[in-house]
Amino acid sequence: MTIIRIENLTRSYQMGSTTLNALDNVSLTFATGEFSGLIGPSGSGKTTLLNIIGSLDLPTSGSAEVLGKKIETLTPRQAAALRNYEIGFIFQTFNLLPVYTIYENIEFPLLLQKQLKPPQRRAMVKQALEWVGLADRAASLPKQLSGGQCQRVAIARAIVKKPRLVLADEPTANLDAQNSANIMEIMLRLNQELNTTFIFSTHDEKVIRHLRRKIKLADGRVVGGESI
Amino acid sequence: MIKFLLQGLWRDRSRSFFPVLTVAFGVFLIVFLEAFFNGALDNMYDTMAHHNTGHVKIMTQAYAAEAEQSPNDLALLGLAEWLEILRAQYPDLVWVPRINFGGLLDIPDQYGETRLQGPAAGLAVDLRAGSPELGFLNLEKSLVRGRLPQNPGEILLAEDFAQKLQVTPGATVTLLGSTMHGSMAVNNFTLSGTLRFGVAAMDRGALIVDLRDAQDALDMQDASGVILGFFADDAYDAAQAEKLTAAFNARFRQAADEFSPVMRTLVEDSGMASYFEMASVTMFLLALVFVAVMALVLWNAGLIGGLRRYGEMGVRLAIGESKRHIYFSLLGEAALIGIGGSLIGTCFGLLLAYWLQYHGLDYGAVFKNSTLMVENVLRARVTPSCYVVGFFPGVLATFIGNALAGLGIFRRQTAQLFKELEA
Repeated sequence: MTIIRIENLTRSYQMGSTTLNALDNVSLTFATGEFSGLIGPSGSGKTTLLNIIGSLDLPTSGSAEVLGKKIETLTPRQAAALRNYEIGFIFQTFNLLPVYTIYENIEFPLLLQKQLKPPQRRAMVKQALEWVGLADRAASLPKQLSGGQCQRVAIARAIVKKPRLVLADEPTANLDAQNSANIMEIMLRLNQELNTTFIFSTHDEKVIRHLRRKIKLADGRVVGGESI
Repeated sequence: MIKFLLQGLWRDRSRSFFPVLTVAFGVFLIVFLEAFFNGALDNMYDTMAHHNTGHVKIMTQAYAAEAEQSPNDLALLGLAEWLEILRAQYPDLVWVPRINFGGLLDIPDQYGETRLQGPAAGLAVDLRAGSPELGFLNLEKSLVRGRLPQNPGEILLAEDFAQKLQVTPGATVTLLGSTMHGSMAVNNFTLSGTLRFGVAAMDRGALIVDLRDAQDALDMQDASGVILGFFADDAYDAAQAEKLTAAFNARFRQAADEFSPVMRTLVEDSGMASYFEMASVTMFLLALVFVAVMALVLWNAGLIGGLRRYGEMGVRLAIGESKRHIYFSLLGEAALIGIGGSLIGTCFGLLLAYWLQYHGLDYGAVFKNSTLMVENVLRARVTPSCYVVGFFPGVLATFIGNALAGLGIFRRQTAQLFKELEA
């Protein structure tokens, strides 16, 4: 089942008098349960595409339909709701909130979902902690964890609300080989167990070798891999 | 969510402790200065009331029209009856008659010839033991040499005046003046003591004499220039004074009779209304400056905090919190910080103000001559407004600071999030 349909998508930026096409007439589809990656060097358009799929940015032309919603037609509030309920983000630098415990960091996205009662939230956070193997560190602060553990918390935060789509931007860039392997293993397991769609932006070989579908981008165009 | 945000605020001291401290300090200053100004104003009122105007003053309409000349020919007659009426009708006030007069003080030599002379400004008050005037004029404490008059025909001179005239207690002085009917008055007095008024004009040539002696000397039996009224707690109450004055004038003043009495409040009589306005304008300007300075400080603090929290804001946006929600949460934080800081600042400000109100600050010791008739203990006065005056600037400053700092959220391009968060 297709959950993302991108058609003739172009994203241009005005740089003084010149127009720079970060994405140039890209067409792609993603199906439920994919474990895919956007691969390419810096400036190839990976992050821009991830931004648009994540409803953080709008296309200049063309269309991006994510989980049945046309990104270009969403209001800011609708875009925020889409991110809140359906999309999880994993960042290169973890971006955990330093003054909150691991438990609270993971619980935070659930607090924005007002229909969830505290017992439900507790159960969901507990489950997410177990998924990433950090149940015993719930009361710790991010500064008390290693980089690998922090990224596992970030994964737990992204998947705690059981989103249908997780967007991960260079998730292993700050990790060593062992931690990268652990992280990828966790994400693969979640992909299989929860049928969550994962889309990566990466040029890290440690990630690329785990991907089931690789989409190569260069200068804003799809230049290789399976584009449709 | 609110609990979550509160936890963050509490744990991140740079978001809570420093701004609360800043607001608390500013509010502390505002509250204390408000009470201090009240006290300073009270000091001015006290000095003005005790020396000249009372809290209310009664005189004939004709006298009032030329009051600065102390025209005793227009004095209030039937003094005993007026005092009886006033003490019966307005028992909450202390009523005292006074006569202001001018004359020439002549110092005779051993042959009775003039040795030295000087113009004198006289004040006649009730100097009998137990008279409230002794306290109003702080006579005992301002005595430099000699003693207070105890017998008829004794007077007090300003110390500087006495030195200029080269007289010491026990000397005989002659007062040359005019009676209330315009005849020449010549009377001998014995100098019983000298005073330090603390007011240059009075120290140059003032004398104080008992009211009955002045009435005899100026042919003003059963008359006085003015009758002063003081509230029982000796604190000027503007509203009460205005109410009292309106009632008295409605009852006793007759437009057609210039010798009918008229009552004036301290503020009316002294022209202190402008001080009132000046004080409130000063407080307003002070609050305005405070708001501006604090808003700048808190804006900067907010900007620095905002930069530090840029990652947090980015994550919150990415997770699905709307910009508006983040902005309002920032304003909510501002309200909490503003209210918290204002509460703390108000408490400390009141604490110091109450201390100054009850203990006072005696600055008389710093003067060369510490025996002064003017009030030399500085006190604050806490009024109900002191409890709330700090909240408006305290909360407003944090609101403005955070609102300005938070505008960055709306300017932020969400599309830059990944780049920013990875920077």
